[in-house]
Amino acid sequence: MMTIFGIPTQALFGQLLLGLINGAFYAMLSLGLALIFGLLNIVNFSHGALYMMGAFVAWLLLTYLGAGYWLALIIAPLAVAVFGIICERFLLSRLYKLDHLYGLLLTFGLALVIEGLFRQLYGISGMPYAVPKELQGGWNLGFMYLPIYRGWVVVASLVLCLGSWLLIEKTKLGAYLRAATENATLVQAFGINVPMMVTLTYGFGVALAAIAGVLAAPIYSVNPLMGSNLIIVVFAVVVIGGMGSILGAVITGFLLGLVEGLTKVFYPEAASTVIFVVMAIVLLIKPAGLFGKRS
Amino acid sequence: MNRLTPQVILVLALIAAAIVAPFGVYPIFLMKGLCFGLFAAAFNLLLGYVGLLSFGHAMFFGFSAYITAHTAKEWGLTPELAILAGVAVATLLGAAAGWLAIRRSGIYFAMVTLAFSQMMYFVAVQAPFTHGEDGIQGVPRGHLFGLIDLSDTFAMYYFVLAVFVASLLFINRVVTSPFGQVLKAIRDNEPRAISLGYQVDRYKLLAFTLSAGLAGLAGSLKSLVFQLASLADVHWHASGEVVLMTLLGGVGTIFGPTAGAFLVVAIQNYFSEAGSWVTIIQGMIFVVCVLLFRSGMIGVLAPWLKRRGLTG
Repeated sequence: MMTIFGIPTQALFGQLLLGLINGAFYAMLSLGLALIFGLLNIVNFSHGALYMMGAFVAWLLLTYLGAGYWLALIIAPLAVAVFGIICERFLLSRLYKLDHLYGLLLTFGLALVIEGLFRQLYGISGMPYAVPKELQGGWNLGFMYLPIYRGWVVVASLVLCLGSWLLIEKTKLGAYLRAATENATLVQAFGINVPMMVTLTYGFGVALAAIAGVLAAPIYSVNPLMGSNLIIVVFAVVVIGGMGSILGAVITGFLLGLVEGLTKVFYPEAASTVIFVVMAIVLLIKPAGLFGKRS
Repeated sequence: MNRLTPQVILVLALIAAAIVAPFGVYPIFLMKGLCFGLFAAAFNLLLGYVGLLSFGHAMFFGFSAYITAHTAKEWGLTPELAILAGVAVATLLGAAAGWLAIRRSGIYFAMVTLAFSQMMYFVAVQAPFTHGEDGIQGVPRGHLFGLIDLSDTFAMYYFVLAVFVASLLFINRVVTSPFGQVLKAIRDNEPRAISLGYQVDRYKLLAFTLSAGLAGLAGSLKSLVFQLASLADVHWHASGEVVLMTLLGGVGTIFGPTAGAFLVVAIQNYFSEAGSWVTIIQGMIFVVCVLLFRSGMIGVLAPWLKRRGLTG
């Protein structure tokens, strides 16, 4: 058996792949958080709950309607985005003139309600969701075994993140969005419907979280608590990366996933805390975050 | 404080009510309310008077509870020493976490404190002395100063009440002191406080550490009252609950957090059999408070009392 630093390569690359997958979820969620924060000035605490909803919608579609994975990948984000947009229109939009902290508190309350409802309805034991048959099995790459589904998750997440980045940096719509992030009043004065854009941005960020949820469903069990455990780590990721840059959020997400995977190989006891330790170090060295602008 | 102003009368009436309360109300419930009231008051010292929203106060509450439970049970310390040990650890933890967290402000401060508290949660899951999922059970209440047997519920109650009143007086002293005035100046206009020559970071750190120590005191008391320290005390849910209590009662008021704490504890007791409904209701209260009652119960009541000439 091949080894690197006394660790079998199979184990090393296996953990790195797991880290990459976690990183894919961190990246998708922190990208959505950064987008929403940029335009709405709200740190969306309910992002984790919406990610969980995405996974649950996929599971419900399969269980009650027999609709499979690919359909769920389209319907779930749409359904959750509609839910998110309703929350934005009726609740969040009342807070835009207030301190940012109120947005955090409101979305925290929303997260509690959503999580509590799903826990009440479906318990906390978690539901299995089968890997779609097109993506079952795996490839033996020689140095490691790659389950196809896990490869798909990493690729899909990369495509989504890069796509979002291109949308924001290279299209006219993205230019409006960036302009509104800088100065919403001025952009509105040019005749652009900023409130509509705010709503759609929120919907887009929420849809990203829901897609992440559907992608996660076959890997982790579909569980009402899956979101809240993730969102706190994503917050740490966001603090490390800084919310100023879309690409920064994505890169930080993937990097920290890898760091976590490596820690699992070399010092498993610290695997659950390593991201927070990295956050502490970043706060010491570069308090604004790796990609953050000093405000 | 020499004259019998309406406020002083109100406070004395509240204390008198608290002294007779255990004869009519379940004492454990009262003690739970007082512990969480102190926890919320400690949290409010930071949110209400410095304007810093900490989403990680459960780490101080929970770790102090663990230390007190461990030292009382395994080392056989008397309750006052066990509480001191817990508070000391919470204060140190507060100094360390605060030192890092005050480098960011506003929304990032909340996320940083939440992240650190989650880290401490994982530490508590893994550290052997916390006994993981079981927690530290059967913590002996012991004899206060070697004299007063706290296993008597009434003795325990009056001890908790005494600590609570002393702590609230202390918090009141802090926020009315010149130090407290500087804190409020930082809350209202930080750049101005800096330009006036105040070392803002030092004030923030000291306030954070004080708040952490007091939150620790609440956790220590709680572990003696329930004779239990568990993962629930360090979980982010506990951090969220203390925010809810303060928001519900009234941010930046002396009695608001305690009123909020009693209400939340009452909801918990009332719905304790109803599964996740406690969480759902708490979430809804959050939403309603943020949208409609941002000044909390006391914030709504105080102007009314003022109109009635009850407070000055």
